[in-house]
Amino acid sequence: MIKPALSQSFSISSHPSSTIRTLKRLWHLRLGILGSLLILCLVTTALFTPWLAPNDPYTQDITQRLLPPFWMEGSSSDHFLGTDHLGRDLLSRIMYGTRISLVIGLSAVVLQLILGVGLGVLAGYYRGRVDSAISFIVNAMMSFPFILLALTLVSVLGASLQNIIIALGLTGWPVYTRVTRIETIKLNEQEFILAAHSLAYSSWRIITRHVLPNMLPTLLVLSTVEVARSIIRESLLSFLGLGIQPPTPSWGVMLAEGRDYMLMHWWLAAFPGLAIFMAALGINLLGDALRDYTDPHLRKY
Amino acid sequence: MMNQKTTEQTLLSIKNLSTYFHTPEGVIRAVEGVNFDILKGACLGVLGESGCGKSVTALSIMQLIPSPPGEISSGSIQFAGKDLLRFSSRQMRSIRGKEISMIFQEPMTSLNPVYTVGNQIGETYRIHEGLDARQAKEKSIEMLSLVGIPSPQKRVDEYPHQLSGGMRQRVMIAMAIGCQPKLLIADEPTTALDVTIQAQILDLMAGLQEEMGMSIMMITHDLGVIAEISDKVVVMYAGQVVEQSSIDELFKHPLHPYSRGLLNSIPKLGDKFVRGKQPLREISGQVPDLINLPSGCLFASRCPKVEKKCLENVPQLIEIAPGHDVRCWLAG
Repeated sequence: MIKPALSQSFSISSHPSSTIRTLKRLWHLRLGILGSLLILCLVTTALFTPWLAPNDPYTQDITQRLLPPFWMEGSSSDHFLGTDHLGRDLLSRIMYGTRISLVIGLSAVVLQLILGVGLGVLAGYYRGRVDSAISFIVNAMMSFPFILLALTLVSVLGASLQNIIIALGLTGWPVYTRVTRIETIKLNEQEFILAAHSLAYSSWRIITRHVLPNMLPTLLVLSTVEVARSIIRESLLSFLGLGIQPPTPSWGVMLAEGRDYMLMHWWLAAFPGLAIFMAALGINLLGDALRDYTDPHLRKY
Repeated sequence: MMNQKTTEQTLLSIKNLSTYFHTPEGVIRAVEGVNFDILKGACLGVLGESGCGKSVTALSIMQLIPSPPGEISSGSIQFAGKDLLRFSSRQMRSIRGKEISMIFQEPMTSLNPVYTVGNQIGETYRIHEGLDARQAKEKSIEMLSLVGIPSPQKRVDEYPHQLSGGMRQRVMIAMAIGCQPKLLIADEPTTALDVTIQAQILDLMAGLQEEMGMSIMMITHDLGVIAEISDKVVVMYAGQVVEQSSIDELFKHPLHPYSRGLLNSIPKLGDKFVRGKQPLREISGQVPDLINLPSGCLFASRCPKVEKKCLENVPQLIEIAPGHDVRCWLAG
């Protein structure tokens, strides 16, 4: 139902005849395209890892430990990016790590969305005391260091995939609340909301059908950025030993394990780090591009 | 006997309505002691400049005053014999949209940009009359043709941004009259439109009023609009009714200096522009601060004929001639 309105704002006016314009447009899109390609790689890897990965990520081979990547002397053709201290294939572990990162990134954002948007809409729609209470919680949460909060939650709940998602979800929602609160207040001043009230639509209906769909572009952009942030935060927690537990191949775990061998075998930490960087970069670039296209003021071509 | 007859014909009767906004700076007396009646099938014009309380009066009738900070502090709003101010919010919701509807000033923002026109008109039917999606769409097409939108079968699937301002206002009217309300409150419905489109929309409203037998409360600052559509006029100033009469009376014998000023400020066709002379007449000065109201007549600071009495005592709304009330010490 919303699709045509969105696709309309995505459509960019151009004269069909002018090739220069098209080229200019593509140049303007370059970062968005790069981001999309990175995301495509990420998602493909995550979906098809069992078929794509060259080796099993858990198989240890002590005779093949700490092999360097393919271009260096002493590398093995079986292990493209070399092996870690237990002789496990680094490339395969990174590929399996993609799954964990994506699952955590997406689930954490879903949890954040439910909590953050729910509270933000309540605060913005009802204002008054509800707003004061919610805004106070948001401010309190935002002035708390993330690490402290997340570490406390994980140590209370115990370190597991599920609990990390919960911890990231419970710490990440205030941003959404801030944004949706303001958006709701702004939308509430629009006459079509007043018109909906004047036609006696219920509050539930006004919120779900008239307020929320109008902030979809904003939420879309915010969510992409938050997926990237959640992936980085998972790595951080795993690096500190309170996230995903070894031997599960999480990027953060691999980074932590690689740290001990960093001086002689730099690739053990570098490649997982690169993976985190590429994933976050891709998602952020895509988010930026989405923002540019959904905001008509920033749309130049 | 006479009195009884008028109450039977009265659809909406506002008595002594006051709506205040409680702000940190003080209490804003947006509407103070307003009285007027709207007869069945009639059109009442509410005239006044920005911030005089016209829209707040309308929102008070609908009970859509943002609260806090707004509050209807006294008065009664009798609609078809029942006092709306005693209604629970549930009862009030059964009135809104079905008995009393409202259309707004800004056609650009009064429709939801993410839904098709048909979807939005149909929504009222789906909620209030329990129609399914297909029936609601048929009904929407019917309404679109009723409000004079060409090729309604095609337009029903279009989004608001694909329509012109005039068409959007027609869609808004279609939404508002969908459930055949007894009273339509139009809050400056033509202000944002071109003059030619204004005339079309007013014609449409007058036609629908006759066809459906509904009453209209037309809020505007435009004397031309009032002259075209209204039977009776209420002139508001600083939250008060200052003059109330039939449309002809107001144009022929305006009694309040403010009404006179409004009428004088219309540029006359054929008036020659003389260099050095003021081509347009205005009412000089500004509306008083609604938080710290002056004692005496609220218009005194701008009144060309102000006397000592005006600054000291508050004038009351008095019937000067049959059906012609005015709030001025100097009238009559």
